[in-house]
Amino acid sequence: MDNLIIIGSGPAGISAALYAARAGLHPLILSQGMGALKNAERIENFYGVQPMTGAQLHTWGEQQAQALGARLIHTQVLGVSGFDTYTVSTVDGSYEAIAVLIATGVKRAAPPLPGVRELDGRGISYCAVCDAFFYRGKKVAVLGSGDFAMKEAEELGMAGSVTILTNGAPKTFSRPCPFPLDERPIEAILGTEQVEGVRFTDGTQLELDGVFIALGTAGGSEMARRVGAALDDKGNVKVDENMQTVLPGLYAAGDCTGGTFQVAKAVHEGMTAGLSAIQYIRNYRKNHHLL
Amino acid sequence: MAKQITMQNFEQEVVQSSTPILLDFWATWCGPCQRQGPIIDQMAADGWNVGKVNVDESQELAAKFRVMSIPTLVVVKDGKEVARAVGLQAREQLEQMLRNA
Repeated sequence: MDNLIIIGSGPAGISAALYAARAGLHPLILSQGMGALKNAERIENFYGVQPMTGAQLHTWGEQQAQALGARLIHTQVLGVSGFDTYTVSTVDGSYEAIAVLIATGVKRAAPPLPGVRELDGRGISYCAVCDAFFYRGKKVAVLGSGDFAMKEAEELGMAGSVTILTNGAPKTFSRPCPFPLDERPIEAILGTEQVEGVRFTDGTQLELDGVFIALGTAGGSEMARRVGAALDDKGNVKVDENMQTVLPGLYAAGDCTGGTFQVAKAVHEGMTAGLSAIQYIRNYRKNHHLL
Repeated sequence: MAKQITMQNFEQEVVQSSTPILLDFWATWCGPCQRQGPIIDQMAADGWNVGKVNVDESQELAAKFRVMSIPTLVVVKDGKEVARAVGLQAREQLEQMLRNA
């Protein structure tokens, strides 16, 4: 059991890791790559730092945290689950911890297909574990093109059939996908009262009872929503002044909480989350008689 | 604890209720539902008219309300659905839905 798992190695995640590492908690950072910093050509508005690329800052951040004792693994996170302690599942296996920080950044997601918003909860679902029950023996699809979509499809065992709809996006499966794929671009989700199917841009239709959304890699909001943490009205992870979500021991910081997309803001939130998590973990260990 | 709504007491507790009632459709295996439950129980303890529908035990009710995603929160007034929210909701949001009904 780890003390603290930090999902993301950007300024929010690394800042939390610096504090947690210095407090002797040996945080585990699950890095999913560079995120938004990759696109920052020149950062020149961060205190005391000479202008440099986002990539350079990111590399130095990771090295700094590791030098202080944080462990860093490059992987892809599929989801967070748990009640008392948390399990973080990745494409390479699962990790358990007393506390988890979601510092994933945000996905620059394409606008949703027509019908996705209108039919939310009426055949459109974001949680296969929660809603598979309603689709026993029915025809469903997962919208996505990577391991995240494959994991959701695996949760839908009781459905009559499961197809993965890539919507023309490049496939990023890390192992052979055992589900039938339909790679045609989609024009719209069909249905008025509830989902009836999808229409592809070639004009043909596929009848479906449900569509599960699992685009790209799992974003911070999706991880939070599936484990039961609340989102705000803009779809960002909702946190209190300690950067804790509504779930004790589950924190979020950086771009995934919304607001200004700035390194300084992410660093501040990461620090706050790190300090809060240290306190939480110490109390947890004391109350559970862990060494 | 919030009252359990089933097919047996649906007519009496929901349809014939003199005030709007908020129904929480949930199941044991759903993480977000586990978070919603205590919020509903607390609202019940504070006097709000709320009820829980276990979709596993009351599949007819889930089908009647066309619930296909949980948690789903529905406000029923005079036997008719007047508001609905899908996914975990904050207490303020739920109170607002009941007040507006």
